[in-house]
Amino acid sequence: MAQLVKGQTGDWEIVIGMEVHAQVTANSKLFSGASAEFGAAPNSQVSMVDAAMPGMLPVLNEHCVYQAVRTGLGLNSAINKTSVFERKNYFYPDLPQGYQISQYLHPVVGEGKIEIDLPDGTTKEIGITRLHLEQDAGKSLHDQHPTKSYVDLNRSGCALMEIVSEPDIRGPDEAAAYLSKLRMILRYLGTCDGNMEEGSMRADVNISVRKPGGELGTRAEIKNVNSVKAVQQAIDFEVQRQIEILEGGGTVVQETRLWDPGKMETRSMRSKEEAHDYRYFPDPDLLPLVLTQDYIDNVANDLPELPDQKKHRFMEEYGLSLYDASVLIAEQQRAEYFETVTDGRDAKIAANWVINELLGLLNKNGKDLSGSPISAAQLGGLIDLIADNTISGKIAKDVFAEMFETSKDAPAIVEEKGLKQVTDTGEIEKVIDAVLDANPDNVAAYKGGKDKLFGFFVGQVMKETGGKANPAMVNEILKKKLT
Amino acid sequence: MDEATVRKVARLARLKVTDEEVSRLVPQLGNIMQFVEQLGELDTDNVEPLASVANIDLRLREDDVTDGGMADQVLANAPESMEDFFVVPKVVE
Repeated sequence: MAQLVKGQTGDWEIVIGMEVHAQVTANSKLFSGASAEFGAAPNSQVSMVDAAMPGMLPVLNEHCVYQAVRTGLGLNSAINKTSVFERKNYFYPDLPQGYQISQYLHPVVGEGKIEIDLPDGTTKEIGITRLHLEQDAGKSLHDQHPTKSYVDLNRSGCALMEIVSEPDIRGPDEAAAYLSKLRMILRYLGTCDGNMEEGSMRADVNISVRKPGGELGTRAEIKNVNSVKAVQQAIDFEVQRQIEILEGGGTVVQETRLWDPGKMETRSMRSKEEAHDYRYFPDPDLLPLVLTQDYIDNVANDLPELPDQKKHRFMEEYGLSLYDASVLIAEQQRAEYFETVTDGRDAKIAANWVINELLGLLNKNGKDLSGSPISAAQLGGLIDLIADNTISGKIAKDVFAEMFETSKDAPAIVEEKGLKQVTDTGEIEKVIDAVLDANPDNVAAYKGGKDKLFGFFVGQVMKETGGKANPAMVNEILKKKLT
Repeated sequence: MDEATVRKVARLARLKVTDEEVSRLVPQLGNIMQFVEQLGELDTDNVEPLASVANIDLRLREDDVTDGGMADQVLANAPESMEDFFVVPKVVE
């Protein structure tokens, strides 16, 4: 679903590659034993290694390696048995070492791919270029003092995975779908919590435009895009900016630009231009990281069922549409809930109740599935009552609303409120006779050809029975009586 | 080695060098480069890069919290601090 953008000189194609920094879920930092937890008092989670005191040596956290390999396998990527940590040299007050330990020429994870789900119901493959491990920097606060910056090194040294995509992304929708799927995979794997608000997942977006199928244009790298929505907005702005420059006869400058969510624009970060000479070299404090095939196989054996595998299984095993399957696999918990509901029941009906009724109502009430007043077993119980004709689909919705309010079981509510469907032919006939007797004019009109009145009679019967009469039986008996 | 390169390297390392120092450093650094470049005479086509002279593997640690909780010590050498933050000249434009 390539989105072309109309300019004054014809269509333009958008070309996007993304670099996502994902904080590795771990107790301690990449190279030190200080805690990696979010939100602690300033500088309370800083070791002498993180503070870059002279003589301190980094020691690699084995769990961070495990998490990176696990993520690489989850991204269908090649794992490199030998990878090398290098120093990326630059100066900034929240980087006490004067260099970031990162991976450059030899990342731990190589090429792979993921499948993204687009709004028009199609899927697309996006290539993964690489994933490497690196240290996070500290945090600078610039708004606390007129002439000073405040630095907290708690985040300094926390493990990050930088995940780089191929320039396969063709527009804001694809970018949003890529980011969502990546976050979903990381959450399934438990390797990053994917929380963009807390900064544990951050995206840099490389954007260029070109004439469809033509030579690649010069790209700008957009930083500070901290939500899926911001990514879309930043792309929309940047694409227009570049098209205007090119159509005005200018050239796009390769540079780093900052997304300003307040002004809804990107602007040049001039200070960064000179700094792009990082002089990478292998960190002499660290030997190459060597992984055995056994190790990689063991990590592979630990993998959960991944979102796309689950999606395809839901479509094959349960006959669900791509859309329904995509909604259900968006969270592991949601998929589990659905599978409990559908166990021994019709999958399409179960999917419909979970997606359209339950998720809709939860959303309306600002709740998520973990706060659902209706358990999966309870929702299954409700569906059973419809399946065995105890209640009609219409009554079921009322029972569902009551369950949502009270967390009671469906059979208890049906019993309590006397909502059991009337399937006794004699009883339904009695009500129908009464309705027909009470409306002789309409009966005459119907018989005279006003077919539409049939609905009126059904409505009256349902009203008389409080909605409890079996609709199919009402239809059948009415038809018989009116001919 | 020329003056421009010396100035660039100095700037990247945040070293302030005077014009006089630059002209003294050009031949000095040039000599060092020439010395190192002698290694280029060796044929290393089929030689694996050597990461360490010691025959050992990279040591890994378990993911346990064993360090931190000493903001006072971390900040002890800071020229300026406030409420357990490092305080530095403003670095944002």
